[in-house]
Amino acid sequence: MKCKITPQNMPKLVISAFLLQHLHFVIRQNRFMRRTDVGDPDYFHKVVDCQWACPAHTNVPEYIRLIAQGRFDDAYIVNRNSNVFPGILGRTCDRPCEPACRRTRVDGKAVAICRLKRVAADHKSDISDRIPKAPQQKNGKKIALIGAGPASLTVANDLMPLGYDVTLFEKGPQPGGLMRINIPAFRLPEEVLDEEIGYILDMGVDARFNTPVESLKEVLDSKEYDAVFVGTGAPKGKELILPGRYDTDQIFIGIEWLESIHFGHINSIGKRVLIIGVGNTAMDCCRSSKRLGAEDVKVVARKTRKYFKASPWELEDAEEEQVEILENLSPVRFVLEDGKLVGLEFDKFTSEEINGKLVQEPAGRVTLDCDSVILAIGQENSFPFIEREIGLEFDKWDMPVVDKTTFMSTREGVFFGGDSAFGPANIIWAVEQGHQAAISIHQYCQGVPIDQRPPKGMTLANTKMGLHEWAYSNDYDPSKRQKMIHIDLPTRFSNMTVEVEKGFTDEQTRAEVQRCLNCDIQTAFTDSACIECDACIDICPVDCLTMTPNAEEPELRQHLKAPAEQLDQALFVSGPLKQTGRVMVKDENICLHCGLCAERCPTFAWDMKRFVLHLPHAGAPAPVGTVREALGA
Amino acid sequence: MSYIAKPKVHHPALKPNAIGLTRRDYEGAITTLCAGCGHDSITAAIIQAFWELDIEPYKVAKLSGIGCSSKTPAYFLREAHGFNSVHGRMPSISTGAGAANGDLIMIGVSGDGDSLSIGLGQLSHAIRRNVNLLYVLENNGVYGLTKGQFSASADPGSTSKKGETNTMAAIDSVLLALTLGATFVARSFSGDKEQLVPILKAGLKHSGFAFIDVISPCVTFNDHEGSTKAYAYTREHQIPIVQADYVPHRDEITTAYDPGAVQTVTLHDGSSVNLRKIAEDYDPTDRDRAYSFIRDHQARGEVCTGLLYIDPTSSDMMEQNDVVPAPLYNLPYENLCPGSTELEKLQARYR
Repeated sequence: MKCKITPQNMPKLVISAFLLQHLHFVIRQNRFMRRTDVGDPDYFHKVVDCQWACPAHTNVPEYIRLIAQGRFDDAYIVNRNSNVFPGILGRTCDRPCEPACRRTRVDGKAVAICRLKRVAADHKSDISDRIPKAPQQKNGKKIALIGAGPASLTVANDLMPLGYDVTLFEKGPQPGGLMRINIPAFRLPEEVLDEEIGYILDMGVDARFNTPVESLKEVLDSKEYDAVFVGTGAPKGKELILPGRYDTDQIFIGIEWLESIHFGHINSIGKRVLIIGVGNTAMDCCRSSKRLGAEDVKVVARKTRKYFKASPWELEDAEEEQVEILENLSPVRFVLEDGKLVGLEFDKFTSEEINGKLVQEPAGRVTLDCDSVILAIGQENSFPFIEREIGLEFDKWDMPVVDKTTFMSTREGVFFGGDSAFGPANIIWAVEQGHQAAISIHQYCQGVPIDQRPPKGMTLANTKMGLHEWAYSNDYDPSKRQKMIHIDLPTRFSNMTVEVEKGFTDEQTRAEVQRCLNCDIQTAFTDSACIECDACIDICPVDCLTMTPNAEEPELRQHLKAPAEQLDQALFVSGPLKQTGRVMVKDENICLHCGLCAERCPTFAWDMKRFVLHLPHAGAPAPVGTVREALGA
Repeated sequence: MSYIAKPKVHHPALKPNAIGLTRRDYEGAITTLCAGCGHDSITAAIIQAFWELDIEPYKVAKLSGIGCSSKTPAYFLREAHGFNSVHGRMPSISTGAGAANGDLIMIGVSGDGDSLSIGLGQLSHAIRRNVNLLYVLENNGVYGLTKGQFSASADPGSTSKKGETNTMAAIDSVLLALTLGATFVARSFSGDKEQLVPILKAGLKHSGFAFIDVISPCVTFNDHEGSTKAYAYTREHQIPIVQADYVPHRDEITTAYDPGAVQTVTLHDGSSVNLRKIAEDYDPTDRDRAYSFIRDHQARGEVCTGLLYIDPTSSDMMEQNDVVPAPLYNLPYENLCPGSTELEKLQARYR
């Protein structure tokens, strides 16, 4: 199309040309990857794989550096700020951080994050003066917590310093919930529990032990409390009703049995024990059996090892104690002779992986001899104290309807957290849900809408100390993961309460801390400074960086110096570079955070900056405006 | 330089070549040059080229003179032989090394000072003799090691970092090499590995003197406005003329090109180079036209890059002089040193 230019249509033409060009720009933008928004705290947070995977977002690299400097107190406090129970979790956490650890993708083994947490807890001095205190002046609001497990304790931890009056109802004689009565003392010594729970209760919590709540309606009707938090866990072990189940007294429910051991009601078991189920509770049961004198202990699973619910390290620890783990067996009936349990009959299966799915075919039957059986096939919730007509809705699985963000039930002012909210999970989840519920309770009591969640914040701080010096240990240490030293078998079997893991030695700690890749020391890129000299690309030991014409993500991932095939790992994409219009792309996947890109950059386009994620807690919003400052804008 | 060595761990997807080595196995010590130096990029391109050609590092000799560029052989092929010679004398050392061991794969790295000032005579004669050597001239137009004086390749009118203008004419190494009869002449840019790596590979396979001038910006003293060897200037003024694709003879040629746009030249060992011409009227086997084409563009301030000239019929110094092709260390002692009677006979011939 041709168009004659006249003074009259000139402005229109100019505008049309501008719009066309702009439209073209918009279309191009959609075909290419957008410039990564590193001002969104989630971007750099996701690079810190361990912190991203941790439900409570513990700042792992930071506390590992503090341990490396021998600052155990500071390391403990960094932990406590997010996960509240470093000593407990340093022994018992399910460690979602470790499978996520970048080191796994570099040399096959994660940093021993969990055990380093224990190092901080074991080596700290008296930190009681660093624990938040309740103010003299109370704020006039009263909160009831039902159940004294990790979720309720976290709520108390967060609300006490804000001036709340917190009353804790616990049916048992001591606080701790599952952490105390279900986790055997050989994994978690009682002193550790007492100390860390003590920090919270000593803030002035009105803890009422041996005081079960029989009726939530009564609590609510008393109008004594401004809010109620239910943290009663999933305290009921699942039953397995098979022929013969009730004809003997040698069949136990796992968590009840562990509880009985804790209270000293049980101190013996048959010589031959079968554990049904293969979760972490089953591991505690089989190992406890060995300590009660059982000689032949077998754990029996329906599926194959790949599908076991127990953590790999818990399986290994059980096998180290000569526990046999059997696969492909499904129980059908208990075998009794003269009223005495003598065996358990199973359906056998063959197993085959077909297209990534487990296909099992029947393969006859087998009877295993035994004197006792422990059922560890899962836990259930139980809310006998909650009346169904108080406006608190239950779903078809008889679970309370709880908002996943605010943790409030359908009855205003009643909150849930931990296993009682969404079924059995791990301690660290209970802690995080406790934090979130505490935020909600605080906002609820202060008249702030609870769905207005306080935002996260971040800071980025320089780590450059000199021409080639950084405020962190940037060299890659090829050390292998340190192996936890265990106490010898005869000693552990002699006593229920001898802790199996000895903790890392000083040498082990020194080696292990250096394995951390400092993923929170971020590679920060300034497009406008880049002269496209290739220095960063040439020096990168793991081929993370590429300068390339922009494209859509799937195409870009294939055209990098090393293909970026780990799709859950982000690509950083810069804006167009000055000289060629290409973009700088970084595959975050296996960056060692060694800082060599920044050392070799002549214009400081690359810099290493320490990322700190600021998480809001009840009454303590994340610092505002830090994102802009962080980026120097 | 950096205080830490480059960590040995590598990306899990890093592939080994035909002789089982990864690209990382072709690296050397960590560089001590300024951050952002073009020379480091060339080092990376050299590593890539040797890796792609499946060359065993122990078969390689790295030779150099004096200067920033001449430090770089320490940064690649740590298992290769090396000789860091007197300023500008690398061509002589290479000539001797090549004569003593014809099996050596030789790479010489030099700079504009080493090659075009103190060593210009040496360079000229190595070209004339057609020594079987890949000669990489890392050209930044400046004496970086002595803090930024103009070198012989600095263009007239370009300015130093402090603003002083260069008034002397420049020696253009590519035109010089063409005049002296070089059989392989290329120019490339440190910031363009896609072009540089295939040229290096073709140069390594060329029988005779393969001359590659690589514009390699000095970030510290010659990367400013007013410089004609800066990253930005080179990117703006570079015109790729011929893209060389090296094809090992074991590979079938599968890439389809427009007829006429590609010229294939076969090298001594049966491998070949596909020359994709970006300028239609260019013939990389015509020395005179190549010379005038490059000079015409130069007059317009344009820098022609690519494999600019190649004589595939080239015969190197060893062939020309009928030198025994086997390495001298492999010859039987009685052949190497026939004894005093043979010496007397020889001397008698000159009496």
